[in-house]
Amino acid sequence: MDILVIQCFNALLYASILFLIAGGLSLIYGVMRIVNLAHGTLYAIGAYMAAWLVGKGVAAGVSPLLLLLLLPVGAAAVGVVGAVMEPTLLRPMYKRAEEYQLLVTFGLLLMLEDAIRFVWGGTPLSAAVIMESLGSLRVLGARYPTYNLVIIAIGLVSAIVLWAFVYRTKFGVLLRATSQDMRMASSLGVNVKKVYVQAFALGCAMAGLGGAIIVPGQAAVLGMGTDALILAFVVVVVGGLGSLLGALIGALIVGVMRTVGIMFFPEIELAVLYLIAAVVLLVRPTGLFGAR
Amino acid sequence: MISANIAVRSLKPLRLLLAVSPIALLLLGIPYLTNPYQTLILAYGLIMAIAALGFNLLLGYTGLLSFGHSAYFGVGAYAVAFMVKYLHVRSMELFVLGGLLATIVLTALFGVICVRYTRIFFSILTLALSQVLWSLAYKFFWVTGGTDGLRVPTPSLLAGMVDATQLSYGGKVVTYYYYVLFFFFLSVGLMWIIVHSPFGTALQAIRDNETRAEFVGVRVQRFRWLAFLVSGIFTGLAGILWVPLNGLTTPDILVWTFSGRIVFFTVLGGFRSFVGPILGAVVFNYLETYAISATVYWQFVLGAVLVVLVLVMPTGLVGLLSRLAYAVRRGA
Repeated sequence: MDILVIQCFNALLYASILFLIAGGLSLIYGVMRIVNLAHGTLYAIGAYMAAWLVGKGVAAGVSPLLLLLLLPVGAAAVGVVGAVMEPTLLRPMYKRAEEYQLLVTFGLLLMLEDAIRFVWGGTPLSAAVIMESLGSLRVLGARYPTYNLVIIAIGLVSAIVLWAFVYRTKFGVLLRATSQDMRMASSLGVNVKKVYVQAFALGCAMAGLGGAIIVPGQAAVLGMGTDALILAFVVVVVGGLGSLLGALIGALIVGVMRTVGIMFFPEIELAVLYLIAAVVLLVRPTGLFGAR
Repeated sequence: MISANIAVRSLKPLRLLLAVSPIALLLLGIPYLTNPYQTLILAYGLIMAIAALGFNLLLGYTGLLSFGHSAYFGVGAYAVAFMVKYLHVRSMELFVLGGLLATIVLTALFGVICVRYTRIFFSILTLALSQVLWSLAYKFFWVTGGTDGLRVPTPSLLAGMVDATQLSYGGKVVTYYYYVLFFFFLSVGLMWIIVHSPFGTALQAIRDNETRAEFVGVRVQRFRWLAFLVSGIFTGLAGILWVPLNGLTTPDILVWTFSGRIVFFTVLGGFRSFVGPILGAVVFNYLETYAISATVYWQFVLGAVLVVLVLVMPTGLVGLLSRLAYAVRRGA
């Protein structure tokens, strides 16, 4: 019984992180039709940034609960990186074929991976202080780390906030209009360039937030970005590229599948995930919730 | 870029032979002109060139960007490693036969799935399938050796006539170099024939306008599948030749960033020309070898090169060279 409760939470934990990464990827694709291969690396930068800040905070003697507030700073930093990247490197690519867009973002991935190594070195960075200081809670008869529950809550809250943002604000209207018909939106007076920068920065910040909140639970290591990117791909392929609801459902499916996989068939756990993605792509190329 | 293509295509067979023979002679003479180490690096470069030739049949000629060619390179390499481990095969010729057979089966199967889609979906599907193989090689360590990989000792060449294990290091490298060179010439010749055949022309028609190609009677999906198959076979051959030279195969050659590397050197050379990928693979191989020894941040250098290439020089090295040649001719 305890095991079941814990595994359910673990599935939700995975799903929260995956939603943040894949949601950002999907948002960017939905608005500007670019698949950003460097997206996973931005998630890694969020993780490194947060771990580094927390390390500084600990050295300065900040109390663990205040350290928690440093995590969003990591996410914001990644948003800034995105806001710089879009106008300089991606804007010239919109009129080019998709192949070129993939190639540029692949080049970016290689550069950013090494930038991480250059700035933070090859040793893993950890922010376990936060995890330890929060201890654990007794939920439904099982002991579970409090911080992991915080992650689940953050995932849930960010899904709601994002939904409200896209469907209930003026910026959301501009975003959706640009995504549906960029030319029409532009001729109606929408500053498309501005919307693109904002959407890209927002998508990047989501990935950064995913990285920032995972890092108290597991250390930031080199290569975490490329692994995350592939999982995010699985999520958006299952849910549908460009759909936020799809990213949410996809993240839940992948989160549950991973947990079940690790419990019952650890050897083929990853292979099963990729196969699910391939099968969904074959049966419904636009994903479960993707629009044609 | 188009000018370079036309320039190459307008050559008569005799002039083509004249243009190619100095390079062929140079390649044949390399072991006598340099030391075994340089020969070895060039052998790696030529192997990657075979992989790039195959990859470019899809990207340059059919207009499909595969981000999963590590799968076909890897299946060739792992087929050889399995033959060593479980069948105790020691002959390079049997490696080639067995490896190609495995590659054909896998590529035919993956191809059926992948060619149903184009553009970004094709890229993601190829990537996902290659990751399936990677995770299997990574997790089933009792079969594949996991991250330790599988060892492949020096095989005997030419049906046992040359026992490379008896040779000195230099002799081994030179012998194997010529073996690779033979397959390189064979691959280049075959690919040249393929892309200039009606089949190759049909592929280019599909790339340029799928609907029109279909209207003039090209069976688009079947042709894409055939192109996928041929492409995979060339890349698989590269994997087969690579593994005895490297002596070891690990899941690193199956992971998707390895596919990215194949994409990289094809773009570096220029994917809109026949010789681009060959040049790109050889140059990349040197670039990588020396960048690694010069700086730990070689990946950053490669990434920057790729971004600059795509932004300002999408025709790659071949485009640059043909523009230079044009400028020189006009100046003279």
